[in-house]
Amino acid sequence: MVREGGTAEGLSPPQFARPTSTKGRWGDRLFRLLIRAAALALLVIVVGLVIVMIRAALPSIQAFGWRFLVTSRWDPVAEVFGALPLIYGTLVSSLLALLIAVPLGIGAAVYLSEVAPPWISPPISFLIELLAAVPSVVYGLWGIFVLAPWLRTQVQPALGATLGFLPLFQGPPYGVGMLAAGLILAIMVVPFIIAVSREVLLAVPNEQREAALALGATRWETTRLAVLRYARSGLTGAVLLGLGRALGETMAVTMVIGNRPEISASLFAPGYTMASMIANEFAEATSDLYLSALIEVGLLLFVVTVVVNALARLLVWSVGGTVKEVRE
Amino acid sequence: MKARARRIVNMTMGWLTALSAMVVVLPLILILVFLVYQGASTVNLDFFTRLPKPVGEPGGGMANAIVGTLILVGLASCLGLPLGILGGVYLAESRDRRLPWVIRFLADVLNGVPSIVIGIFAYTIVVLPMRRFSALAGGFALAVIMLPIVLRTTEELVRLVPASLREAALALGIPEWKVMLRVVLPTARAGIITGVMVAVARIAGETAPLLFTAFGNRFWHQGLLQPIAALPLQIFAYAIAPYEDWHRQAWAGALVLIVMIFLSSFIARIVTKGRYSGLR
Amino acid sequence: MADGIVVRQLNAWFGALHVLRGIDLNIAPGAVTAIIGPSGCGKSTFIRCLNRMHEVVPGARAQGQVLLNGEDLYGPGVDPVQIRRRIGMVFQKPNPFPTMSVFDNVAAGLRLDGVRNHALLDEAVEQALHHAALWDEVKDQLGKSGASLSGGQQQRLCIARALAVRPEVLLMDEPCSALDPIATAKIEELIVELKKELTIVIVTHNMQQAARVSETTAFFLLGELVEFDKTTRIFTNPSDRRTEDYITGRFG
Repeated sequence: MVREGGTAEGLSPPQFARPTSTKGRWGDRLFRLLIRAAALALLVIVVGLVIVMIRAALPSIQAFGWRFLVTSRWDPVAEVFGALPLIYGTLVSSLLALLIAVPLGIGAAVYLSEVAPPWISPPISFLIELLAAVPSVVYGLWGIFVLAPWLRTQVQPALGATLGFLPLFQGPPYGVGMLAAGLILAIMVVPFIIAVSREVLLAVPNEQREAALALGATRWETTRLAVLRYARSGLTGAVLLGLGRALGETMAVTMVIGNRPEISASLFAPGYTMASMIANEFAEATSDLYLSALIEVGLLLFVVTVVVNALARLLVWSVGGTVKEVRE
Repeated sequence: MKARARRIVNMTMGWLTALSAMVVVLPLILILVFLVYQGASTVNLDFFTRLPKPVGEPGGGMANAIVGTLILVGLASCLGLPLGILGGVYLAESRDRRLPWVIRFLADVLNGVPSIVIGIFAYTIVVLPMRRFSALAGGFALAVIMLPIVLRTTEELVRLVPASLREAALALGIPEWKVMLRVVLPTARAGIITGVMVAVARIAGETAPLLFTAFGNRFWHQGLLQPIAALPLQIFAYAIAPYEDWHRQAWAGALVLIVMIFLSSFIARIVTKGRYSGLR
Repeated sequence: MADGIVVRQLNAWFGALHVLRGIDLNIAPGAVTAIIGPSGCGKSTFIRCLNRMHEVVPGARAQGQVLLNGEDLYGPGVDPVQIRRRIGMVFQKPNPFPTMSVFDNVAAGLRLDGVRNHALLDEAVEQALHHAALWDEVKDQLGKSGASLSGGQQQRLCIARALAVRPEVLLMDEPCSALDPIATAKIEELIVELKKELTIVIVTHNMQQAARVSETTAFFLLGELVEFDKTTRIFTNPSDRRTEDYITGRFG
């Protein structure tokens, strides 16, 4: 540890012999080279990833063209691959997750930033960070053995009895299925929405709150008028970040979604997402075209998540928030 | 009267937001409770020392999976840490004009890539040429995941080191690289360690990229060029299998995994508590 | 319409830090009272106690009596939110709501009160903007964002916003310190006009400004009210040695 005013750790006393040692300059050049090389390595990795994936997916792209995105038949035996159910499943499960996670997440963020007394905020934030640290497979485990049975025995029968006239809640109660996937995703995504939203809300200048308060606004009115409105784009960014996370989630979803590549209007029905399909079938893909098709699915997933995340960061940055990894 | 309505709305919204916060925390408590309830009884010495038993036979443990995870994390760190730390130093120190911006952007992009896609990348780069699943492939995938985290944390931390410290050392005639190595990095050390522990905690729990790189192994691995077991992989395999005994082991494995992850986060906190005060 | 404020034994704290000590002050209705003093003397804290904004900060509290038209604002069961209707505030840095138009900014307070009638809002907004001497400059741009105006215009917008709810008192916390001299002059003119209908309390570190706009001036030092008198007297013949030292620039 360097002490103020003292000598830096581990350095020899300054040399009076000559001002610039050639050894030092040589060392500097090497150093700069080394760090630039490390940075370039990252560039190579990312660019390499894109190139490699496109190349590997090419056979499938060439074989199926646009049909890949709009047909539903996924038949490894006949080597016909249509990814529509996967796209549908990914979108529906993610949107369902957002539907639940966004109001809860922004509500919790508002609580932590505007309402909570100062002593409550740290422990709750800590718990929320813990939530973010739980691995996907553990969520999946809990999903299979706790959530799905609960849905199957309590929730789905109840929903079917009361709201069964809606196509959303029809069909046999399996427990696993779209509803389970959406719920688990919501739980996994909510900590990120809260973390980013909270930073965005805290970045709103206090003068805005004071302006509203001085007009005779209640705390909620102040939050509504001065804080939420001001932070609009940042909050949208937080939501998009949540979407990005949900789209890419693999293990927990695989374990509770039922793994059936079909499109159904009901939330009770099993489904499939792009990530789950890859997780389940990649290691066992028998033919080259099969593998290529799976990689094309991966490419699709990659493109969608990159776009959503880029948009999200742009929005969050514009309000002065930062997207830090949820940590500590 | 209108004033009263507004007061009621205010109170209601206050309670609703508080409720949201409580609801959000609920799943964590439920999960932890179930983990302990279901897994604690199965976690015994056997669990840590024995290999999985064949199907149908009760008992056995996850020794190979636990060791496998440690090995994979170690492998990943061999690649991810040097690249990440040096890259982070680059971002903080470089006087280049465009490249740092590009690198930062790419790091953020990489951060958001789903881990299964990174698994595909590792598959094409390592598994295909080698024609086999291996610990190396798994380690590579995890390294790529860990890289952007370590990179950004290091950059942040190095930037935090006050310029005055650096200038004082430079004014003594010490070459820049020595200043970085002996002055700046040691000062930022605590924070960098935190970043590393966070990255480690994250990759220790990753399953998806390992599914077709490290692949898993019911026995001890036979070298780094062979498939290797990993805790999350084992948990997944056991969870989706039809055997009750395996389910119990899955819970136990999950409990051990969570403890490992929380432990590394706590260690990170403790390390930074004392030594951090100089920087914040 | 204008009411005076009587302050009795007002004390304020930030946590354990005692920042206002036993202030007794009578603020005359329909006139401008200036509060002067060096940094940290408690003048901002003082006016923030008048509209109960001080207690918004976590750990801050105030105690004492503040009588507006005989009613104690710190009495039991008094709702701070209602008080801030009757006592408006303008801040040092202009803070219009950037996501709202000029019109919506001025109408914000009225809308909070539940006023929905377009005609009423139109009229009230126009009146408030006239009062704030801003109407001519923005009448064709009512839809533009509040943040798109110049600094001086923004501050007058904030004044209009405060005036729209027809307060009895207007508190101004160094309203001109972020503005250029021309904008400052405009606002000082405005203050002189407004005092015909309102009671105004203005905190300022600019003594010439206090001399220009106010009838009475209060000098604060280290949380205490040192001297309170007619402005002309304070600046030409102060009774307290400390006041004299301050206005002659020996400190602060």
